[in-house]
Amino acid sequence: MSKQAAPKIELSGIKKSFGNNHVLNGVDLVVPEGKSMVIIGGSGTGKSVMLKCILGLLDPDAGSIKIDGNEIVGLSPQDRDELMRKFGMLFQGGALFDSLKIWENVAFGLIQGRSMDRVEAREIAIKKIKAVGLREDVANLHPAELSGGMQKRVGLARAVAASPEIIFFDEPTTGLDPIMADVINKLIVEQVREIGATGLSITHDMGSVRTIADYVAMIHDGKIVWTGPVEELDNSGNEYVEQFIHGRAEGPITRRVA
Amino acid sequence: MDAHTKDIENLHNPVLKLCHGVGHALLSFFQKAGQLFFFIGRAIYHSFTPPFFPAQLWRQLVDIGYYSLPVVGMTALFTGMVLALQSYTGFTRFNAESAVAGVVVLSVTRELAPVLAGLMVAGRVGASIAAEIGTMRVTEQIDALTTLSVNPFKYLIAPRLIAATLTLPILVFIGDIIGVYGGYIVSIYNLGFSPGSYLSQTWDVVENMDVISGLIKAGVFGFIVAMMGCYHGFNSGRGAQGVGAATTNAVVSSSILILIFNYLLTQVFFS
Repeated sequence: MSKQAAPKIELSGIKKSFGNNHVLNGVDLVVPEGKSMVIIGGSGTGKSVMLKCILGLLDPDAGSIKIDGNEIVGLSPQDRDELMRKFGMLFQGGALFDSLKIWENVAFGLIQGRSMDRVEAREIAIKKIKAVGLREDVANLHPAELSGGMQKRVGLARAVAASPEIIFFDEPTTGLDPIMADVINKLIVEQVREIGATGLSITHDMGSVRTIADYVAMIHDGKIVWTGPVEELDNSGNEYVEQFIHGRAEGPITRRVA
Repeated sequence: MDAHTKDIENLHNPVLKLCHGVGHALLSFFQKAGQLFFFIGRAIYHSFTPPFFPAQLWRQLVDIGYYSLPVVGMTALFTGMVLALQSYTGFTRFNAESAVAGVVVLSVTRELAPVLAGLMVAGRVGASIAAEIGTMRVTEQIDALTTLSVNPFKYLIAPRLIAATLTLPILVFIGDIIGVYGGYIVSIYNLGFSPGSYLSQTWDVVENMDVISGLIKAGVFGFIVAMMGCYHGFNSGRGAQGVGAATTNAVVSSSILILIFNYLLTQVFFS
């Protein structure tokens, strides 16, 4: 396999269960380098679990995950630490460290993870804080002093600060008003383009999908039921996708009522 | 699991049901114990392997050690004072007032300073460790650490573990002095002892081993408090309720472990 041919991320047959709850039933997914893949699907369909499996926060029960053609399931802790340097992540709730100032949050991966000099890291952090549309004086505040939208911006700045090769977005627009959501979506596109990263996002916000996706995959019942370029989303011919993007209560996706 | 449980119930056999219940409880106990020991092993391993985070360690030394001083000091002071009062009332019946100084210093250094300081620190420090780490777990801050190439065991757990294990002996040593001084104050100003003879009686009775054994206990208790706080916080359930439960479990389990290990260590040192 030549270097160019290996996809950035490749999942095959990923399975994960919690007791009797089979969350992932064989997920197959390919993300080409430099492209933005968005996974859509209802709540509780296994989107977050899949993301955590790739990040190594959860171990899949079966299947293979390859980054740049290299298997990462069952990696040793040292190799895993090394791999983490390729990753950046924007968490759903921001997950900012509330004991640290904003600039220390943004520079955290540089100072603690990569042992960069504090002065140098601060300069990069300030640059990133400005790049996501915040004023410089925000840098010395603490996360609790910021609004939800501002926290998301800081989370984005932190995710891209170390110029990772792959950036994960966990429901980037959840809990934001529609205007702020659009602002965040545009920032995501801008920042990911700038550093040339590969993006993998999970969301159920269709506005997000249309703004940030190159490719879309639909997950249902722990399996990918459709995948294709975002342009084909409206003519997918897939009844699951049709139901989801139009938000209809009737269709093949039925809510399991306990 | 559910289907399995149903099968058992369908059998209507009380003996089998009992076996199932006992077996289930036993299995989950061993699973929990294994999980705890694995956690302790990882925590110790990461405490001794680089990278280290000196700034975090310094913060914890100040938080756990320095800010626990008032609590431990007050506890020791009043414990020493009440010991002098109580043992005096007892010993006057046998005209053995001269034993008061010895009772105070031995009780404080061997048992009361380490155990009471351990319990107070379990309440103050164990709870705050569990609540802080639990909240970080719930708000995904621990996952965020991992994605930023920082091992949460090294960054969060190791500094707390080292700080608590190192500072509690120092706290207890200060507590020893304050506790003896508390007994001294009551004996001199309240019970009419002469300062010179009280102090010489104290020095006659106390031996190095009395103090050292107390300090070793304190180190073990510090380790227990930080470990329980970290373990329960790290494995905290979701939401406010999860963090609340983690905090309660941290304080209760560390308090009980302190009492158990106090007995075991006393057995080792003085039998």
